[in-house]
Amino acid sequence: MTHTNLLTVSDLTVHRGAAKILDRVNLSIAKGETLALVGESGAGKSTIATALMQLLDGAEVEGRAELQEAGDLLSLPARQMVKLRGRRLSMIFQDAGAALNPAYTVGRQLTTTLRRNLGLTRSAAHAKAIELFTSVGINDAEARLSAFPHQLSGGMQQRVMVAIALACNPDLLLADEPTSALDVTIQAQIIRLILSLTRERGASCIFVLHDLALASQSCDRIVVLYAGQVVESGPARDVLTHHRHPYTRQLESCVVEIGRHDLVAPEGAVPPHDQMPKGCRFATRCPRALDRCAVEAPPLTPANPARTGALDHVFACWNPE
Amino acid sequence: MNALPEPKAQTAPTPGAAVFELIEVEKTFQIRPPGRRFTRETVGLKALDGVRLRVDKGTSLALVGESGSGKSTLLRVLLGLDAPTGGRALYHGRPIREARAIGRDFARDVAMVYQDARGSLDPRMTIEALIAEPLRHFNIVPKDQIKSRVAELLNRVGLPTDAARRYPAGLSGGQVRRVAIARALASEPSVLVADEAVSGLDVSTQAQLLTLLRRLQKDMGLTLVFITHDLGVASYLCEEIAIMYLGRIVETGPTDAVLNAPAHPYAAALRAAAPRFFEPMPDPLPGEIPSPLDLPKGCRFSTRCPAAQPDCQTRDPQLGRFGPARAVACFHPLASPET
Ligand SMILES: Nc1ncnc2c1ncn2[C@@H]1O[C@H](COP(=O)(O)OP(=O)(O)OP(=O)(O)O)[C@@H](O)[C@H]1O
Ligand SMILES: Nc1ncnc2c1ncn2[C@@H]1O[C@H](COP(=O)(O)OP(=O)(O)O)[C@@H](O)[C@H]1O
Ligand code: SF4
Ligand code: SF4
Ligand SMILES: [Mg+2]
Ligand SMILES: [Mg+2]
Repeated sequence: MTHTNLLTVSDLTVHRGAAKILDRVNLSIAKGETLALVGESGAGKSTIATALMQLLDGAEVEGRAELQEAGDLLSLPARQMVKLRGRRLSMIFQDAGAALNPAYTVGRQLTTTLRRNLGLTRSAAHAKAIELFTSVGINDAEARLSAFPHQLSGGMQQRVMVAIALACNPDLLLADEPTSALDVTIQAQIIRLILSLTRERGASCIFVLHDLALASQSCDRIVVLYAGQVVESGPARDVLTHHRHPYTRQLESCVVEIGRHDLVAPEGAVPPHDQMPKGCRFATRCPRALDRCAVEAPPLTPANPARTGALDHVFACWNPE
Repeated sequence: MNALPEPKAQTAPTPGAAVFELIEVEKTFQIRPPGRRFTRETVGLKALDGVRLRVDKGTSLALVGESGSGKSTLLRVLLGLDAPTGGRALYHGRPIREARAIGRDFARDVAMVYQDARGSLDPRMTIEALIAEPLRHFNIVPKDQIKSRVAELLNRVGLPTDAARRYPAGLSGGQVRRVAIARALASEPSVLVADEAVSGLDVSTQAQLLTLLRRLQKDMGLTLVFITHDLGVASYLCEEIAIMYLGRIVETGPTDAVLNAPAHPYAAALRAAAPRFFEPMPDPLPGEIPSPLDLPKGCRFSTRCPAAQPDCQTRDPQLGRFGPARAVACFHPLASPET
């Protein structure tokens, strides 16, 4: 039932020169749902998010990304995309300090967004800014509006980013590792904040996360990426507790939970782009590899033949667990 | 001796064999008052405030706490890079700064792995030259054996021999950290001190480094002091844990015991904030760590403590015995001490 999906990405492929950074990525997100993109560094998680925002530089983008009532995000003219950013979809980055403009107060950055996107007057924007700061848990909102980014802690900067991103009630929020630069205590605050605000507004959220345990706590569905391809995706519980792809198991086995004393580290690393195997890209590291794996790429297959919707559990492997 | 020394069998630490002992250590930085750039006036910022800590030979200790709690400052005191402004910081019973000043033995025995491994390596030097440097500096092996010793060290940290000819820029983040570890091990230290040595890496690279560090610690009988903000990492790698808040150690003891039943409310809050598979996200600790320039009255955690009582704002709890192996600085600990 794709028509109920807020966003449907099909065959998103991104090249940088000869390197295929993303290879036919398919994913969907339902209205009000939270989705986690997980995978090792370089897997292409940020590339997906930036491509959806049309903020990718120096890359060739193919495929479609259909946002409900807006059309294909990948091919929309820049003029129209500017109008969508902030209003229909917005993005939060890992390093809030770098994403904020150091030359302006955080209040000015927020009211500029409000005035441009909602056409508010100066005083209405100011009032709305105070309201937003309060809603993201900034005490003494009025005074904090006149702070410059460097005068705020990393956690406060990220709260400001959340306020700016949600200022115009977008229905899709892209959050690229919004907390990996923060302490766990502050991480918990920010994730809870993003979840409660998006839930309140019925918005959907795509998180890029490194931590699978955190993904299991905060997201409805999980998409596992390896070397630019989706290798497994589906409801969080299915993917993490009934995973079929050997790479999902490998990722999980590396999570160092408290009280864990028996860690077995995987061998090797993701191959460089010019040495990518022709068949399954995981073949060079896979403990279950068969002869055909090196030559023939496995297609995404439903984990349960009776459930073949765009949001259901799928994996790409010739010799699944 | 030609080959890398055989790993010493791990012996139980002899009681009393403290490598480091910190007694009421204080470190106050004199800084300009915030927001007043053009004044000559200074105020004291207490980065460490009454730290008591003992690190026994052959043990592994994790230092955890939020950013700004004083972990890096404590490490600089242990390394003798900063002199405490109060209290005593001892290495085998002698003041650390004195031990460091006397000769090369301290620098040879206590090795450091920095968080920014890439930044700590000269980009113009090959990996071989980088690892050979401490071998030469400390006269570890005769000149003609340097090459083979470098190869052995690379092997020990799981790098291919041909990495010797490469430059740091040609290595991945995980490989660069391995080089930093090989370099630290070159002087045959008995103590390894590391500041966030595995953070910011992929889980798989992190797992590879953690298993490596654990094997090295066990095989070589190293004493390990490991700063991390990840309780999972602390619990995997370190037998002992010390939890810091605003310049003070608020709880310490065997890692498993402390994390299974934290006694200090701050330790409990850190424990609860650590992500756990499919557990509902707990209510986060409110607020942020206060400025050390403006310490809360009484207990320094009282402004955020869910267990605070009226007496917490009037008295400052000191780190005191909590059962046989633990210590906690709280008037109303959450767990009861095991006897
Ligand atoms: N500006 C760029 N120029 C060239 N290559 C790039 C650029 N940005 C990304 N890449 C390459 O694209 C691939 C995917 O990168 P991407 O940043 O999307 O990964 P990621 O999954 O977000 O990783 P991380 O977990 O490290 O953030 C990598 O191989 C990366 O080296
Ligand atoms: N050289 C310095 N000068 C002034 N203040 C410092 C200096 N080094 C650390 N501090 C302050 O001391 C406190 C503890 O810092 P630090 O030891 O770096 O903590 P952590 O490593 O736990 O994040 C912080 O408030 C920090 O700003
Ligand atoms: S297709 Fe083959 S190599 Fe790829 S994950 Fe499955 S078993 Fe492993
Ligand atoms: S002394 Fe009081 S305020 Fe401090 S940690 Fe214990 S209960 Fe909390
Ligand atoms: Mg990224
Ligand atoms: Mg530090």
